[in-house]
Order: sequence, then C-alpha cells, then structure tokens
Amino acid sequence: MSYQLPDFPDMNYYDRKKRTLLDQLYVKEIGRGVWITSKHLFRNLFKWLTFRKGGVVILYPEEQRPDLSPNNRGRHVLVQRRNGSPRCVACQMCATVCPASCITIEAEESDDAIIQKRPKVFNIDISRCIFCGFCVEACPVDAIRMLPTTEKLVGYNRFKMIYDRDTLLHWNPVVNDDVVHGYNPI
Amino acid sequence: MAELEIPAKYKIDEVRKRKEILELPIASPGDEPIKINLGPSHPAMHGTIKMIAEMVGETIVNIDVEPGFLHRGFEKMMENHTYPSALPYTDRLNYVTAFINNFGYVATIEKLFGIEITERCAWLRTLFSELSRITDHYTCQAAICSEIGAMTPFLYFMQARDWIWEHFNWATGARQTYSYARIGGLARDIPDDWLDKCKEILKSNIPLLKDIHGLMDKNRIFLDRTQGVGEISQEDAINAGITGPFLRSTGVGYDVRKALPYLKYNEVEWEVPVGKYGDNYDRWFIRNREIEESLKICFQCIEKMPRTGPINSDDYQAHLPYKPEVYQTIEGLINHFKIIIEGPKPPKGTIYHCVEAANGELGFFLVSDGTGTAYRLHVRAPSFMTMGALDKIIIGHQLADIIPIFGSVNMVGGECDR
Repeated sequence: MSYQLPDFPDMNYYDRKKRTLLDQLYVKEIGRGVWITSKHLFRNLFKWLTFRKGGVVILYPEEQRPDLSPNNRGRHVLVQRRNGSPRCVACQMCATVCPASCITIEAEESDDAIIQKRPKVFNIDISRCIFCGFCVEACPVDAIRMLPTTEKLVGYNRFKMIYDRDTLLHWNPVVNDDVVHGYNPI
Repeated sequence: MAELEIPAKYKIDEVRKRKEILELPIASPGDEPIKINLGPSHPAMHGTIKMIAEMVGETIVNIDVEPGFLHRGFEKMMENHTYPSALPYTDRLNYVTAFINNFGYVATIEKLFGIEITERCAWLRTLFSELSRITDHYTCQAAICSEIGAMTPFLYFMQARDWIWEHFNWATGARQTYSYARIGGLARDIPDDWLDKCKEILKSNIPLLKDIHGLMDKNRIFLDRTQGVGEISQEDAINAGITGPFLRSTGVGYDVRKALPYLKYNEVEWEVPVGKYGDNYDRWFIRNREIEESLKICFQCIEKMPRTGPINSDDYQAHLPYKPEVYQTIEGLINHFKIIIEGPKPPKGTIYHCVEAANGELGFFLVSDGTGTAYRLHVRAPSFMTMGALDKIIIGHQLADIIPIFGSVNMVGGECDR
C-alpha cells in the first residue's frame, strides 16, 4: 500500500480516557472550535472575494449547473433521421423495460416501405420518470438518448410535464446521426 | 392448547426492575404515566416513524415504536417486474448506499444462475461498495451531530459526502440512484482517469475528517449526551437479530465481509472494529473507525485493480448483448428482445445471499419458479431488526435522549419499511 492513512489525533481514545478538569471546562474546546470554524470561514471568504466558487448553491430552474458530468442522465431526446423524421420504429422496447411505466407509444404505418413503422404518439411522463436510463439501453435502433442537462425538467402542472413526440424530437435539433450525445451505454 | 408461558426474566416487570426504573419515577400511587406522541412526521425524527412514549416526569417508562409509514410494497413490486427492470427499486431501499443494494440483489441472481463475474468487475464492485459505505456513515454521523446541536460538523460531513457523490455521477450517470449493476457485470466501464481522481478526493476528505474530530472528540456536550446513553447488552442485541455497526458496538465482531467473504474482501487487509459498552458513543466510535477501514480498503482496491479487462461476463443468458451485435446481427437482436420482454430465466430454486450493508446484514431471499420474474423476493433489512430492540434501549432514559439514540441507530425508512 503506497498511501498510509494518517493517525487521527484523538481517535485512539479507546478505552475512554478520564476527562481532565481542563476538558470539563468549556474554554479550551471553545477556542479550538472557533479556530477550526474560522479557518473554513476565511478560506471560503477568500475564494468568494477572488471571484472563485465559494458557495455551492444553485437556484435550479433559473440557473443551470455548468459542471455537470457528461454522463449525467438528464433530459430525454428522440434522435432524428437526416430528413427530420424520428428514428424510432415504435418497437415498444423502452415502454416494456421502463420500471415506472412512464412511456406511452402508439404506432402507425410509415410512408417509407423499408422503415414500416413509426410512432404516432410518443409520450414520456417526466413527473413519473426515475431517470434510470434503461430506455436508452433497451433501444435497438439508438433512437432515444439522454442528454446531461437537466434544463426544462420542471413544471407548475403535472399534466404539462408529459412531453410528446414533437417536443422530444425538436428540443435539441443539433442532435445528428453521427455525434453520440450524453448517456449512451456503448 | 396450553397457553404459551413467558419465562419470568422476560416479563416486562422484571425487565423494568432490572433497569431500576420502577423505583425511580412514580411519585404517588394514583399517578398515571403521560402519553406523548412523536408522530410519523416530526422534525427531529429522520424518517417516518411513530413513537408513543409513556412518561413519568421526564423519564420514559414504556415506549411503542411503530415503523411502516414508508411502506411502498417493494416485495410485491419485485414480483411484477422482470429481474433486470426491477433493479432501480433496489436503489431505493437504503437510498444512501444504492450501490450495496444493487450489488447484493444482482449477486443473488448471479448465484442462482451460476454466473462468475470478471476480475475487474469484482474489484470495481468492492470499491463502489466501500465508497458508498463511507457516504452512508458520513450521513449518519452528520445526523447525530446535527441532532445534538452541532450544525458545523454536519455541513462538513455533507461537503465530504457530496464530493464522493458528484464523483459517482461521472462514472454512473446519477448522484444517488445509480442503477449501475447488471446481472453478470456493470452498466458501463468507468472513465479513464476516474480512479486517480477518486484517490485525490479520498485524500482531500481526510483534512475535513480531522476538523470534525477536532470539533467533536473532546466536546463535553457531545460526550455527556452520548456516553452512557442508549446502552444495550450483547445478549439483547443478538436476540433481536441486530447486525452491523450496532452489533459491533456491543463487542461482537460479526461482519459478513469477514464471516462469509464475497467479492474481493479476503484479498485486502482490514480489520473489524468492535466496541465495548454498546451505547451511543460506541456506535459513533465504531462508525468513525469503519470510515477509516473503508478508506483503507478503497486505497488498496485502487492499487490492486487491473486497469484493463472486460467488465461483463461472457455469459449471455442474463445480460443484454453489446450494442454493435444488436445493431448488426439478427442473433444479437433476438437475444436483446428476449431478455427485455421475458427477462433472463434462472433455474428453479430458492437462494439466499447476504452482503454487509452500511447498517448490517442485507439479505435477499429469492424464490424462482423458472420464469423471468421472481416468484417471491424477501429482503432482510438491517434497519428493521434494530426497530425491534429500540424500546429496550430507550426505556429508562429521558425524552430528549430519544433523538440522539434514534440518530445513532441509523434507521433508514426506505429499507426498514420496504
């Protein structure tokens, strides 16, 4: 083992030491407490004064986190084909595997004879979704992906949190066939 | 039928006499104890649990502990989902150590199938289990601190925990409910520099821990409220079926990782810390020592882990085929559809597998009828056992002592009520 843990100074106290009078008076411990907490205070204050990240609080719906992991399982997108139609073939795999049963798919016949099927309705109930990423894994044609961002995942009304096919498809039109975005289990 | 006779030493009067309570509080013969309800949703209780305390003066003479307010029918839901798609439910058992639950559930099914996981996967699972044990102990310790009134160590613990959780996000895709395990492997490999960063994060936790020890170790308020409060005897703890740090604080060195070694725990050096008195302070002490031991295991895992190699086993009967095979071959596509629609089909049989979760022995008892769904799955939740012994600990103490006692037993609602 290359790295040895340091001994914590007061951790070797078993069997319980008898407390001295100095320990029983609060004075020494108050001094130590003030020293430790003020170290943290001034370190954070210095960071804040030099415009670095001091606090860790984000006002979520308005602010977005800039430092989210690229693997984060965030918002769903449906991938487009090059002509803008959804790549989904309505095979119901994602709806089957979904542990929260939040995906609803209705199929219809496609104009293209090779593709045969396409989704007429593709709803994801974001208020029920648990963001496990199983739908992404289950898709046999790589038609659904999850982006790292958590933008627009809030709503005042639970009925407005059901996202339909067009919202999922056009939310991020930048997605094209060649670039792998976000959570992808390959 | 003869009436079941209770031995004299277990009768409530005898128990009370042993604890020398009956002589203490009752002021006059006509007095009745006052009932105080610490409701299911109380700011000082973490988790939804109801306690009806009978009090004489400030002393509790009897207490009724009622768990079950967070019951979500976990075991029933497991009967309605295929094995892989039920995995996210196990995340929500003990939501602070989702990894350990995931790996325990998955290992049960692997045992039934007879699948052997790869070397790298076993090391990764060991590392993730220990990291999440650290985060759970951080959470519990933070709760004890804040309940006693020390808010600053709470925030330091939370900061240290969040560094680890954020780092999990880079590997798994979620901060808390990872759903990272798969039958026969893991969902995905970790990023390249993940292990080195993990080491740095663990090292940066140590100064924070030192600060916390500086604040708490000789703090008289903390010592007075924990030492000698909430004592339980070794015998009582064993009889109630308690495991984990709680049992170890009474002096029994039972740890599933040593007793029935799984994953890679017999290939790393570590020891089982035990306590002496079984009171609040011993539980705090044992958890602190376990954080140290877990840190040791983590550093050893990072050292010994093979840096390359397959994550998933070659056994295709249980986990999804790799994506290129699904996209390009018809066999892969059929396999993919069969596993998702019907679920992997283990042989018929019953099996029990236990892992050491942060609160004790977490066991999964699985009855398989040969289909892709569990016929019955029972979870032996460590928190539930501690609830059975809680009245033994609390009786005889004061109302204000309920809060630190309840904090130090670390009951997690999701796991206890299932």
